[in-house]
Amino acid sequence: MPIVVEDLSYVYMSGGPYETQALHNVSLTIEDGEFVGLIGHTGSGKSTLVQHLNGLLSPTSGRVLVDGLDVADKATDRRAIRRKVGLVFQYPENQLFEETVEKDVAFGPRNLGLSDEEIDRRVRDALRRVALSYDELHARSVFELSGGQMRRVAIAGVLAMEPRVLVLDEPCAGLDPRGREEILSLIRALHAEAGTTIVMVSHSMDDVASLAERVIVMNQGRVAMDGSPREVFSQGEALRAIGLDVPQAVELADRLRERGLAVPQGLYRPEEIAAFVRGLAGKGDADA
Amino acid sequence: MLKDITLGQYFPGDSPVHRMDPRMKLILTIAYIVGVFLVSDLLGYALALAFLYLVVRVAGLPFGYLVRGVKPLRFILVFTFLLNLFFFPGTTPILSLGFFTLTREALQKAVFFALRLVFLVMGTSVLTLTTSPMQLTDGLERLMRPLTRFHFPAHELAMMMTIALRFIPLLLEETDKIQKAQMARGADFESGNLLMRAKAMVPLLVPLFVSAFRRANDLAMAMEARCYRGGEHRTRLRELKYTRLDALAAAATACFLLVIFAEGRFLG
Amino acid sequence: MADQENRIVATDLCYAYPEAAANAVDGVRMRVKRGEFLAILGHNGSGKSTLAKLLNALYVPTRGSVLVCGLDTRDDELVFDIRQHAGMVFQNPDNQIVATVVEEDVAFGLENNGVPPAQIRERIDEALRAVNMTDFAKKAPHMLSGGQKQRVAIAGIIAMRPDVLILDESTAMLDPSGRREVMQTVHRLNEEEGISVVLITHYMSEAATADYVLVMDEGKIALTGTPREVFSQVERVRALGLDVPPMTDLAHTLRAQGVPIAPDVLTVDEMVEEICRLSLKT
Repeated sequence: MPIVVEDLSYVYMSGGPYETQALHNVSLTIEDGEFVGLIGHTGSGKSTLVQHLNGLLSPTSGRVLVDGLDVADKATDRRAIRRKVGLVFQYPENQLFEETVEKDVAFGPRNLGLSDEEIDRRVRDALRRVALSYDELHARSVFELSGGQMRRVAIAGVLAMEPRVLVLDEPCAGLDPRGREEILSLIRALHAEAGTTIVMVSHSMDDVASLAERVIVMNQGRVAMDGSPREVFSQGEALRAIGLDVPQAVELADRLRERGLAVPQGLYRPEEIAAFVRGLAGKGDADA
Repeated sequence: MLKDITLGQYFPGDSPVHRMDPRMKLILTIAYIVGVFLVSDLLGYALALAFLYLVVRVAGLPFGYLVRGVKPLRFILVFTFLLNLFFFPGTTPILSLGFFTLTREALQKAVFFALRLVFLVMGTSVLTLTTSPMQLTDGLERLMRPLTRFHFPAHELAMMMTIALRFIPLLLEETDKIQKAQMARGADFESGNLLMRAKAMVPLLVPLFVSAFRRANDLAMAMEARCYRGGEHRTRLRELKYTRLDALAAAATACFLLVIFAEGRFLG
Repeated sequence: MADQENRIVATDLCYAYPEAAANAVDGVRMRVKRGEFLAILGHNGSGKSTLAKLLNALYVPTRGSVLVCGLDTRDDELVFDIRQHAGMVFQNPDNQIVATVVEEDVAFGLENNGVPPAQIRERIDEALRAVNMTDFAKKAPHMLSGGQKQRVAIAGIIAMRPDVLILDESTAMLDPSGRREVMQTVHRLNEEEGISVVLITHYMSEAATADYVLVMDEGKIALTGTPREVFSQVERVRALGLDVPPMTDLAHTLRAQGVPIAPDVLTVDEMVEEICRLSLKT
């Protein structure tokens, strides 16, 4: 069930004094089971793009097809699209509203008109996937939870829709290191175990480098780069030119090359750099 | 959309109108509106429009901006227009359709009433477009200052207005975001009967209130950290001072009022 | 009177929230000298934000004391003086800007303190220049980026000519370029104006640029020292729910695999030097 974006353009506040074109002729396809890291600085159009993937925004021109269905088409059932493509907004905990954790997570499935048993199953399953204990938390008020727990409840609320594609807009924003690691590992598990297609918007190059199988770089409403992390991160200069960082491992590799060391091209993970340095120090991989 | 409302949106600039003392602008706006309400014929409205146009030109505002400001009022305008047209008692029929008789007086009343509303909005828009909300509240606070003697909370009211103006755009943006997040979870804000729609608002209002309270809490702490302690002993960046510009504007407005008055008296 | 060099002195500092059983801050002893840059780390709920709010009399100690430039925060009379000496920038850029025009917001603290208008003007200009936002003086805050908003908030504090600038997770909600802007500004103010900085953050790379690091856990100081001293204790730092800078992590991994690399590497620059040294040796 690929998502196909064809020649998509989007204009905000069309006709007004603040008219801005957020997307210019974006075309891309997201295949089943991919893990896509979407990067770009603020205002590059990534959030706008992401809101097209489940029909929250309709293209000014161009098309977005989910499973062959045009999301902007009046005849398309938007809810069907939204149960296929789940979207977790930035700071999703700010959108919680129900009296209890259970009810909040059940909001989506209830909107889908499922049976009580099915809703209950999904709530339990979603909470398990975000590593929260149903027994301990289901009757608690969402507003009594810690920040990290609230965020996970919010993500569970989207998971309970059982989407095949999960889009996350900066899922780790504002969390402490432990919270960040928890969220990242649950995303990793969703992808690995349930095979969910993941589109993760992130400002952290290191997070993207450690998780994504494909990296899409947005700049000024256009797709600037699209490829494997190895391909994208090997273009350090181009990334810096559009004001983005590179993973620290890439930075290190670039700097070592400047100093005349024969660092192989395309290294982007700390493990790879470590392996190279081990070789350098005469400690082969076999020793490690 | 709520964003289309011109009222309360500052159009930055450095025109003479922008540079005027906000107190004078407030007073003159009120004077202008009173003037317009005294007008009772089309020539008077033409004069009022001419004066407004002049001010808008001096202020360097695009006239279309003012017109757009009236747009959100179109339903109220049509409604009051029809109300006046149908129910204002008149004596000079000009058109008769079955049980309904259109009278000259009703038509006149309907047109004039609508025009007054339009001028009211456009006049106020000139004020808010050329005066930053901060200056506006400053002006209001100082105009109301004599009332503090009767324990009227002039400073507190002004502070509340400032904060409201600062946070309204934020809360609108937030509403939009929360709504989208709930829609992404299959919520439906568009269909269903009134009760269902009202119920669909709950998921929207709860987080909005939670967020508004959190913001209020944060802001209170930030204000405290910056030594806020109410209106006493407070100085202001801009001490308000009437200048020649204000005198000039007052004279111009006085002339306008005189002309309007004379026109009503001798030509109308 | 207190020693001129000490900007903040906390002794046996405790604070419990009303109706809370445990102390949120529990027996903290710390000192910030003139021109010093201190980073406070700790996972969520470790007490670091509470500590920050005790440093400018937003909270009053339930036990122990805090002296800000020699002024005791327990003295009601001194509260406004203290807040002028120790200014605070908060986390959410949207929730701390009061006015609807940048320069009027920068003026807010000065107006509260009854500074004469002519001086306010001068100090706003100076403060906006210090954070590189002069061109935005007449702009509406909601048209600015997150990093720009935080710089406006910093200007609002700087205008009060404080001795200490406290940043309570002020970079947490910013994107990388916004964070860079804010950190550069803060470092410049620290180096050029000699303003002491207390930076509360979740970002290890930011803490690595401080003179000293203080790690909080359950309201107590768990670790303290220079960034190099603190971060080289990788296991300990991890156990406290934190992370170490990526290069320190890499050094740690390499050492575990028997590569003789310094354990206290913090930055890419230092790692480059270490690896080059290694490659020359072999």
